Amino acid sequence: MALRPFAVAAREKHWIMATLVATDAPTDPLERFRAEAREWLAANFPPSLKGKDNALASIEGPSEPTPDGEAWRKAMGEKGWGVPTWPREYGGGGLSRAEARILSEEMARIGAWNPIGGMGVMMFGPTLLEYGNEAQKREHIPAIAKADVRWCQGYSEPNAGSDLANLQMFAEDKGDHYLVNGQKTWTSGGQWADKCFALVRTDKSHKHEGISFLLIDMDSPGVEVKPIRMISGMSPFCETFFTNVKVPKENLVGEEGQGWTIGKRLLQHERTNLSGGGSRLMPSGPTLADIAKRYVGADEEGRIADPELRVRIAKFEMDWRAFLLTAMRVQAESKAAGGVSEVSSILKTVGTRLGQERAELLIEIMGMQGLGWEGEGFSPTELSNVRAWLFGKATTIYGGSTEIQNNVVAKRILGMLDHQ
Amino acid sequence: MAVLNEEQTMLRDMAREWTTNESPVTAWRRVRDANEPAGYDAAVYGEMAQMGWTGIIIPEAFGGSDFGWLSMGLVTEELGKTVTASPLSASAAAASAIMLGGSDAQKAEWLPRIASGEIVATVAVDEGPRHDPAKIKTSVAGGKLSGTKTFVAEGDSAGLFVVAAADGLYLVAGDAAGVSRSRRQLADFRSHAEVTFADTPAEKLEGGDDALLDSVLDRAAVLAAAEMLGLAGQAFDTTLAYLKQRVQFGQVLSTFQALQHRMANLFSEIELMRSAVEAGLTALDQGGDTRAAASLAKAKANDVGHLMSREMVQLHGGIGMTDEYDAGFYLKRMRVLEQMWGNAAYHRDRYARLSGY
Repeated sequence: MALRPFAVAAREKHWIMATLVATDAPTDPLERFRAEAREWLAANFPPSLKGKDNALASIEGPSEPTPDGEAWRKAMGEKGWGVPTWPREYGGGGLSRAEARILSEEMARIGAWNPIGGMGVMMFGPTLLEYGNEAQKREHIPAIAKADVRWCQGYSEPNAGSDLANLQMFAEDKGDHYLVNGQKTWTSGGQWADKCFALVRTDKSHKHEGISFLLIDMDSPGVEVKPIRMISGMSPFCETFFTNVKVPKENLVGEEGQGWTIGKRLLQHERTNLSGGGSRLMPSGPTLADIAKRYVGADEEGRIADPELRVRIAKFEMDWRAFLLTAMRVQAESKAAGGVSEVSSILKTVGTRLGQERAELLIEIMGMQGLGWEGEGFSPTELSNVRAWLFGKATTIYGGSTEIQNNVVAKRILGMLDHQ
Repeated sequence: MAVLNEEQTMLRDMAREWTTNESPVTAWRRVRDANEPAGYDAAVYGEMAQMGWTGIIIPEAFGGSDFGWLSMGLVTEELGKTVTASPLSASAAAASAIMLGGSDAQKAEWLPRIASGEIVATVAVDEGPRHDPAKIKTSVAGGKLSGTKTFVAEGDSAGLFVVAAADGLYLVAGDAAGVSRSRRQLADFRSHAEVTFADTPAEKLEGGDDALLDSVLDRAAVLAAAEMLGLAGQAFDTTLAYLKQRVQFGQVLSTFQALQHRMANLFSEIELMRSAVEAGLTALDQGGDTRAAASLAKAKANDVGHLMSREMVQLHGGIGMTDEYDAGFYLKRMRVLEQMWGNAAYHRDRYARLSGY
């Protein structure tokens, strides 16, 4: 539950989603919506931005705003289509899931992408819609829908990683405000965030029941952010220190002591949100096999010259296909049963494992050329593969490590008990 | 589980109820102990025919119900769960050859008899211990077929063979001149006969296209994968139940995290297997090019079925090694099915070729 930069996870999810959209046969009212969406996108999406989505924005930091980029963000923000299924009254698109899927399809068709994203959209917004009071929703949701405010997540602490409920950052009741002291870590995008949704301790005598869900302005006096340099050379995460930070009482979401429940709900959004607000293109570049043929060569029958590598690529591609089929099945089952399928709990573990497998295969394919750090002699793709390979190691650790996910599957689904 | 329509749900529930009540693993144990070459209980196959399972993939015009391959797979999976022996899969694969490549007369002659369960049909392709449809020596001259087919599923009881010869698929009646069968008893105690044809009258399946053999093999492979899904799913459930009741060190085994994580891993692997198998069945129903979907289904079923059947024995400890316990049945049947219609390496190679590398 430690590191959770969302961009890579988001990209995986959107790959899945883009595959899913092709499966539903739309009925007539939906076709009318398709026409409407197509027309609006044609009028508002600047062609100069086609395919220019930077999926790594949250890792590398926000890019310099461009006029077209700002216009597109503003248009989508005002239309509410960055968060298509959120209620209209809070600035969302008010679309049905089916309409949202069509919107994704139409965006993918013309190379358009969703400029509204981040933790506010993927995790915090849906949670606040569920647990926030009216004033909180009015204050925060529209700002997320327009991407005016950037949120970060204050969950993990140095001694509260997988054992998140061990968190110690204390919010002392001072009448009209809390006085917050402690440290958060692995704060994704903390250096760029305007606000933080944090789990804090309001009661030291109860582990889970002593946790509350608090919203903290990152520019409050006493908040200090230090980026952490990772093995990838990038600094997508921060240590965040809170020293006598005053937080108004109205920033408490839900009741005191309800933080663990709310916080877990938020993680569910993180793990199972397959129908999020955006559309990304399917990975359209060369396949592993294409790359392998270029780097390793092919025999006279067109097979990858290294037979063992060929088999490993085939095994990966088949596993990846089985994974996508499972993601589609989960969505179909959830839709039919009107709830989240229990199989969804394996998607994170399997998807991240396969993502890492692919990155390792790319290095294997490219040899030394696939390990370049910087400078001459390497293509931009080669260099970015290396960073993605290293960054990708986080995917099986953040958002509930593979081991924690296995605990969850064993206990919740399989009914295997704790030690007595 | 795929999202099923009403008739599929009913069929699945019926099969589940029937196997639970009428054909638990103890029923297979009796058949195994009887050790007949046919390897199944003919009266039980009659019951299956009564319930319409012999005609699930056969068109209504020829006495079937035309429920399709996903439906067939659901029943096959349920039968796999209790290791129920029957020639349903072999007959369905053979029927599909006639449906895809037979003349109207051939369809009218054979399909109703397969649909009613009157005869067992099977597909005879391989001529060695490993699946290799590219190496077929069986030949036909002047309407007479000659060759030897190895490990023919249900070959001991089949009344109709769909035989792969070098130039296509042929129908051979089980009682035709020159047919001789020799039992090959494998670890799973099912029928895998060596069948020799010596100047045997044979009728070609003239319809279909060059891909007829591939299409039939896809159907056979996906049905094998569906049976493996049933075997693996039940092996998992049985193992989980055992871990929840076996006590060592004063703890039920299921409280040990090392075992929890192995079971969590098996759970997710079986879910991936299910997706691949159901997609294979769905592809058969949709028609068109079924090769990649079939190879995905069989390769994944092989990998996961193999793992699960080994883990079943290991996680049961000594009891899993005893003949009295059921684990051995799952292990043995799984391994035979892995070899049938192509092992994982075969299907990965095929998938890679189909994908252009």
